[in-house]
Parts: sequence; structure tokens; C-alpha cells
Amino acid sequence: MEGLQTYKRKIGIFWWTKRLSHFRFISRELTSIAVAFIAIELLLLSKAIMNGEESYQAFVQSLTHPILIILNLIALGGILYHSITWFNLAPKAMVIKLGENKVPGFLIALGNYLGWIVISAIIVWSLL
Amino acid sequence: MKDLITLNVFRYQPEKSKEPTYQEYEIPYHKDWVILDALNYIKDQIDGSLTYRWSCRMGVCGSCGMMVNGKPVLTCATFLESYTPGPIRIEPLENFPVIRDLVIDMSDFLEKLKKVKPWIIRKDVGSEDREYLQTPSQLADYKQYSMCINCMLCYAACPVYGLEPEFIGPAALALAQRYNMDSRDEGKNQRMKALSHDTGIWQCTFVGDCSAVCPKNVDPAGAIQRYKVEGASNWWKTLLLPYASKD
Amino acid sequence: MKRSFEPFWWSLFGAGGALSALFLPILLLIFFIAIPLDLIRSPSFETVSEILEMWWLKLILTGVISLSMFHWAHRFRFTLEEGLQLHRWDRIIAVICYGTAIITTLLSLIFLY
Ligand code: SF4
Ligand code: FES
Repeated sequence: MEGLQTYKRKIGIFWWTKRLSHFRFISRELTSIAVAFIAIELLLLSKAIMNGEESYQAFVQSLTHPILIILNLIALGGILYHSITWFNLAPKAMVIKLGENKVPGFLIALGNYLGWIVISAIIVWSLL
Repeated sequence: MKDLITLNVFRYQPEKSKEPTYQEYEIPYHKDWVILDALNYIKDQIDGSLTYRWSCRMGVCGSCGMMVNGKPVLTCATFLESYTPGPIRIEPLENFPVIRDLVIDMSDFLEKLKKVKPWIIRKDVGSEDREYLQTPSQLADYKQYSMCINCMLCYAACPVYGLEPEFIGPAALALAQRYNMDSRDEGKNQRMKALSHDTGIWQCTFVGDCSAVCPKNVDPAGAIQRYKVEGASNWWKTLLLPYASKD
Repeated sequence: MKRSFEPFWWSLFGAGGALSALFLPILLLIFFIAIPLDLIRSPSFETVSEILEMWWLKLILTGVISLSMFHWAHRFRFTLEEGLQLHRWDRIIAVICYGTAIITTLLSLIFLY
């Protein structure tokens, strides 16, 4: 509407603190930092392994530093929040039809959780 | 003594002041009143200058959306009771320019609606006089997305729309899906092209609040994610088989 | 019409989101929490190096690391642009984020192969 005098509200820089749903959204997005942190740790771990037994043991030893342990505990919170939100939201993007009927979303989410458990179990079993 | 409740109402009267103010109204509290009843009481009994939109007062016209305590709702479908003891803050829908008091300028939304071509597109239109049949299951594919009443609550809930005014936004994208999934429609490729550029679906970061506030369970967030999956797979298809998907 | 690259980045984001959700919690728990806290014994060097000798396991590991980084890159790009309203710097933010992911991918190829 041309020529109409309107009032435009500004969005503050802290808009995401104003509503719980928006705060949860930003928290979910920030879990990506935990993802990157763990990925880089894994990268360094595999480098240490490739470099031989000594460097592997030294790397494992260096992980006991209290600051690293604290960071890793924070990362644990982040990555769990990431996994849970990811598995719960995936059914929104994936619509699977069996014949005439839609597979209900919670079944897809359930499948995700099952996959999570199976993969985790395989990793535990092959490492320990 | 009758119970009272306080409403804190956003006022913008451009001829009086360039800046909005908040005005307090104390009104009788009735358990069975919705917010819109309270506003109507103010307009009839206290202050005739208060301006807002409404029409059906039964959740179908989509014109009475406002922010109540910071959350977008249909004021005809939201009871005072949920906000006792008050005060209740009433503001115009977020992310839209305000014309006066609680009335917003929706022209941007109307522009965006047009962009998604929300009508059935067919090559054979007019060539034949016949019905286009549809089974109940084909109807079920898109029915949810067709329930939209254009109330714009989802736009008010969407921070991405607030931050990137170019973003086409939830309801229009859901409506695009409504036609894409209609078995009688042949316009999907046209819509896909219009929407899978940067201001279409790719700006959405799946905040999900649009679906949470939608009074009709349209689930625009879900519609957009499905769009993304499809847009992405098309992207890879045209990359790997550049000649196969031309039409 | 200009070909948008968003679908490409989004695909990597999605693949990385799924892989990181499935693989990272348990790996973090074992290597970076339980072992340093002495809750379990660390796997012997033989076990871990044997795992890296299997080419397909190595491939999965590289995929997890690389796609996790792309997942981060995409999400973090939008978090910066929305949370801090830096949209007008999109170009440079995108280059830094995806660039970091590409570099980590290259590093993982160098370290592991
Ligand atoms: S999708 Fe829902 S919230 Fe958005 S305009 Fe339609 S009915 Fe309103
Ligand atoms: S007045 Fe029509 S939806 Fe509220």
C-alpha cells in the first residue's frame, strides 16, 4: 500500500531470548558447535592412531586434562540434544508411504532411535 | 464486586504520534470471554478509537490474529481465562508494518502468495469439458495443507521472515505444497523453479514455530522440509543426469 | 535462472546431521569421557589400529568427520546470520564456514590415507 504511513518494529539482537520456542531453536542450532568439536577430536584421535602406538597413548593421556573433560561433558549435553531433536524432527521431512497409508511420524522416529541403539552397540562391542 | 482484568494494548495513531504507546484498560472479567470480546467491550464502552480487525469470530476468516503476551493467536479463539490474573499484553502481529493500533499491513504476504501460483495448473485447461477425478487417498495427500485460513500467525511466529523480509514464508510455501501434491495439478515444476532459489525454501532453518502456532494444524514447517528434500534430490538429479530431467 | 548452491550445502548438512546424531554420542562417551575419567579401560592400540586398517571402516570414519563438519558449517552459518543479524556478511561467513569444513575434510584424507 503506497503512501500509507506505517510503523515498522525493529527486531532486537536478542530476539531469541524473548520466546521459549525461539530460545530452544537457537540452542538446537548451537549444538552444531559440539558436533564440530567432537569431529575435530576424532580427527586428532585418528591421526594419533595412524602415527603409532606411542602417539596414541600420549593422546589418550592428554585427554585427561580437566579442562578437556569439562568441555567434553558440555559437548555431551550438546550432542545428545542434537541427536534427540534430529531424530524427532526427521519424520517431518521424510514422508514414507506404504501403499495407501502414510507411516505415522512416531514410527519413523522410533526407527531412528533403534538405528541409534544398534550403531552404538556395534561400536561398543567392537571397541571394548 | 465484579472481577476485573487489565489489558495492555499497543496503540499507534500516526496522526497523534510517530511512536506507539501502550494503553491500559480495565475491563470486567468473564470466564467465557475471548480476547476479542474484551476488545469489543473496550471499543463499545470505553474507547471507540481502538482499531483492530475481526469478522467471523469463529476461527475461519483469519483476520483477528494478534500477539497476546508475545505469542501470535487468533483472538476470537483464545480465552481471557488462560491469562488470568493478567495484565494481558495485546500487540499487532509481529514482523508486519503497523497501520494503526492492532491493524497490520499485509500487502507483502499477498505478494508472496501470488508468487507460489496457488491455483491448479493444467496444460489441458479449457480443451475438454470433463471432471478431474480424485480418490480419497489422493485428497488426503494435500488436505492438511489446504486448511490454511491466511491468518498470518505463522509469519508473525517466524524469526526468519522477520529478519529476511525476502523470505517467502510458511503459509505461502505450505500452499505451494498443497497444489504440488494435488493429483490434478501439473504445475509442480513451475512452482519448484520459483521456490527453490535462495529466498524460497532454503532460507528456512526449521525453527518450527510456524507449525506450533498454526490454528489449523497446517504444519507449514513440515511442508517446507519436504520441499527441501525434493529440491535437493532434484538438484542432484540435474547434476548427474543433466539431460534427463528437462521438460 | 541462476543455479542455486543451497540444495548442495543443505544435502551435506542433512547427511552430516544424521551421521553425527547416530555416531558421535557413543564415540564421545567412550573416547573423550569414559576413558579419561577411568570409567573403562582404553582399547588397546592393536584394536584401534586394526579398525583403521579396514578400508571401509576408515571410509565411514572419514565420512562421519567430514560430513559432521559440513553439518556444523551450514548450521553455524545460519545461526550467526540470524542470531546476530549478520546476513549482509553472508558471502564471507559462508566462505569461512564451508572453507573450514573443506579443510578438515582434506586433513582427514591426509591423516588417514
Ligand atoms: S499456515 Fe496456519 S498459521 Fe499460517 S496462515 Fe495458514 S492457517 Fe494461519
Ligand atoms: S474473527 Fe475470524 S478468525 Fe477470528
